[in-house]
Amino acid sequence: MAVGLTLIFGVMRVVNFAHGDMMVWGMYLAWLLATRAGIDPYVGFVGCAAVLFVTGVIVQRLLVDRIVDAPHEMQILLMLGVALVLENAALVAFGPDPQRVRSPLRAATLWLGPIFVDVARLVTFVLAIVLTFALYLFLQRTDLGRTMRAAADNAYGALVIGADVRRVYAAAFGIGAACVGAAGALVSPILPFQPAGGLSLSVASFNIVIIGGMGSLPGAFLGGLLVSVAESLGAVFLSPSMKELVSFSLLIVILLVRPAGLFGRAPV
Amino acid sequence: MTPLLEVTGISRRFGGLQAVRDLSLSVAPDEVLGLIGPNGAGKTTAFNLLSGFLAPDRGQIRFAGRSIVGLPPHAICRLGLCRTFQIVRPFPRLSVLDNVRVGALSRRARMEDARARAREVIEQVGLGGKVDHAAGALTLAERKRLELARALATEPRLLLLDEVMAGLNPTEIEAIVALVKRINASGIAILLIEHNMRAVMSLSHRIAVLNFGEKIVEGEPAAVANHPRVIEAYLGEEYVHAPSR
Amino acid sequence: MKWLAAAALAVLLALPAVLSSYAVTVFIFIFFYAFLGQAWNIVGGYAGQLSAGHAAFVGLGAYASALLSAEVGLTPWIGMLVGGVLSAALGTVVGYLGFRFGLRGFYFVLLTVAFAEVCRIVALNTDAVGGALGYYITFTGNPRQFQFQDNRVYYYVALGLMLMATLVVAAIERRRFGAYLIAIREDEGACEALGVNTFRYKMLAMVVSSFLTGVGGTFYAFYLFSLQPNAVFGIPLSVEIIIRPIVGGAGTVLGPILGSFILSPLAEVARVYFGQGGWSGVHLIAYGILLIAVVLFLPQGAYPALRRLWARPAAR
Repeated sequence: MAVGLTLIFGVMRVVNFAHGDMMVWGMYLAWLLATRAGIDPYVGFVGCAAVLFVTGVIVQRLLVDRIVDAPHEMQILLMLGVALVLENAALVAFGPDPQRVRSPLRAATLWLGPIFVDVARLVTFVLAIVLTFALYLFLQRTDLGRTMRAAADNAYGALVIGADVRRVYAAAFGIGAACVGAAGALVSPILPFQPAGGLSLSVASFNIVIIGGMGSLPGAFLGGLLVSVAESLGAVFLSPSMKELVSFSLLIVILLVRPAGLFGRAPV
Repeated sequence: MTPLLEVTGISRRFGGLQAVRDLSLSVAPDEVLGLIGPNGAGKTTAFNLLSGFLAPDRGQIRFAGRSIVGLPPHAICRLGLCRTFQIVRPFPRLSVLDNVRVGALSRRARMEDARARAREVIEQVGLGGKVDHAAGALTLAERKRLELARALATEPRLLLLDEVMAGLNPTEIEAIVALVKRINASGIAILLIEHNMRAVMSLSHRIAVLNFGEKIVEGEPAAVANHPRVIEAYLGEEYVHAPSR
Repeated sequence: MKWLAAAALAVLLALPAVLSSYAVTVFIFIFFYAFLGQAWNIVGGYAGQLSAGHAAFVGLGAYASALLSAEVGLTPWIGMLVGGVLSAALGTVVGYLGFRFGLRGFYFVLLTVAFAEVCRIVALNTDAVGGALGYYITFTGNPRQFQFQDNRVYYYVALGLMLMATLVVAAIERRRFGAYLIAIREDEGACEALGVNTFRYKMLAMVVSSFLTGVGGTFYAFYLFSLQPNAVFGIPLSVEIIIRPIVGGAGTVLGPILGSFILSPLAEVARVYFGQGGWSGVHLIAYGILLIAVVLFLPQGAYPALRRLWARPAAR
């Protein structure tokens, strides 16, 4: 989830405020697939990723492309607008109540050595790692991937060497959205979701990405692990409703202490 | 006469790179000191150190007798040391007048006074015909004049000009050189970073040469131009012998 | 232009005599949100520091004056100022943290959102102020308690607030403070080089903005009589606050007012036609689309565009 956000920022320098809301749509799509077509989210996430990929490309081509060079306030406002539309469209389409996806794996549990593990979470975890690794390979080995990294480093230089920057941007946004769509689907059996949840997911993503460093993929991955651990600890020691407090307080502290993150580049 | 600006042994490093090393120089109240050196020699870093955008790791900077190390840029400007930027930074959506007025407001709190002063300065730099144009719509040469006008409006005693000729054609350069001479003649000292040797030779009373963050030579233009170490630093680059001041 | 404004004012003053109570309520919201938007305009429009957490100040002002009135008997007319001061204090903290630590653009937005959410969660979990159930004010209709029997009095109070804020913004725009804020919005670094203490002026903008917003909180409390943390500290309220100046013209005196006159009726229509059941979010979708449209096509907002249209036929 955070990996998608950092990819979008790294390549395009655009902050995707609609990230959390896209993830919510991923969750709802998975739910739709599960209830209407009977496809288990652990298989259906591919479909969710695909749909969100297309959405991402459309959003990018239609909207984001036009403001790539605009002042940052405009980019923020644009994505805020997209977030509003996505969140409330979900509200209208699916209603405000929390949902969950049923998956046969949900109930299964395993003993892994001394630890009692929930299979669903284990599968999610493993798949997340696999996908992240796949993305890493994509960026390192394929032409498009390398072009993306070039564009992230130096947009002008990339233009000079003939890269089709617009295509790269579209791909980056699309892949970023796909990541988050997949993430949503993978998490849908585990976490209850509702349209209003978009914001806290966005915040969680930002937390992770800022800690790990904006624009850095390994940073996003490590950041994700760090933040999850911190939040889990918070949930253990504080009441569940205060868990959100932890993530927001964490965000404030992170913003003040290291906006560039562990591996990242400083904001423009 | 006591120097207006006295820099003693300032240094600044960025991670592994020593950008400025033990730099000392001084500027008299009415002179033009040229600062030259190959790209990456640390000239703009020195400007950032002098104008408060960066703090030196070591060393002392005294302006009009008082230490300015650690002061924020706006305070240094109010003391009379004003800088321009290598890549011009106009306020694009504001008019030329409003741009310059921001500079004037540092000395005149009342809007009408600031406006009047701004108009004066705009005439002085030759942008009188573009007073109400948006700064974003100006040509590069005009933006350079605007940058100068804004700085002048703060009523500086010392002006730091960072490559003000960069990107201009020969006619424009001649015009700017004349303008800078006029500014200096009106009593403002100037510290000038420049790559255009003709301009530097023509404008400067003295020249300091930087290479790899250190000052290697300082003196009268003619002496500096012929100095073997300077020729060595610039080896492979052309330079023009121009009549000294 | 002046006579047009005077005429409009006269019309607004006379309107309650002819409008239905429902219409008066619509106008009350137009004025009130224009007031909040105008307060935001100082720091968000002129200084260009996008705060998406201004609801925090509304909430703080609202709870403060409500609690002071109910527990201590302090009249909200004074409680309003206390609320404003408390909000200004919070604004000082947020501003200090943001500006001292050099948070720009998106990072600053996140900071303000985080603070507003923290306030919301704290209020949700604090039973002393009603917790998740909210805090309620008993209606007495007593003007000394900032409560009025007649809807129309609220109309004039809201109108007064809007005018007051507009005068403040106009005064700021005319002076050095305003010129500096606009320049800061364009390029802070260049400002510093020209002798502008950007930190001081951004802080000042933040303090004034948050104070005014806090005052608005009192109106909120004593007009709606119920304070729900999710409503009064939540993002939707912050969105309502910022969208009016942005659509109407951020950084202009009349922008927030124009924006409110455009958006409040729009929201009302959306709510009336789609308001039942699960369609309650429709007006926010419209907001989102408008926001996107404004950014893409009218980045400076409606008012500057109108002004250009107006000027064209008159151009030489």
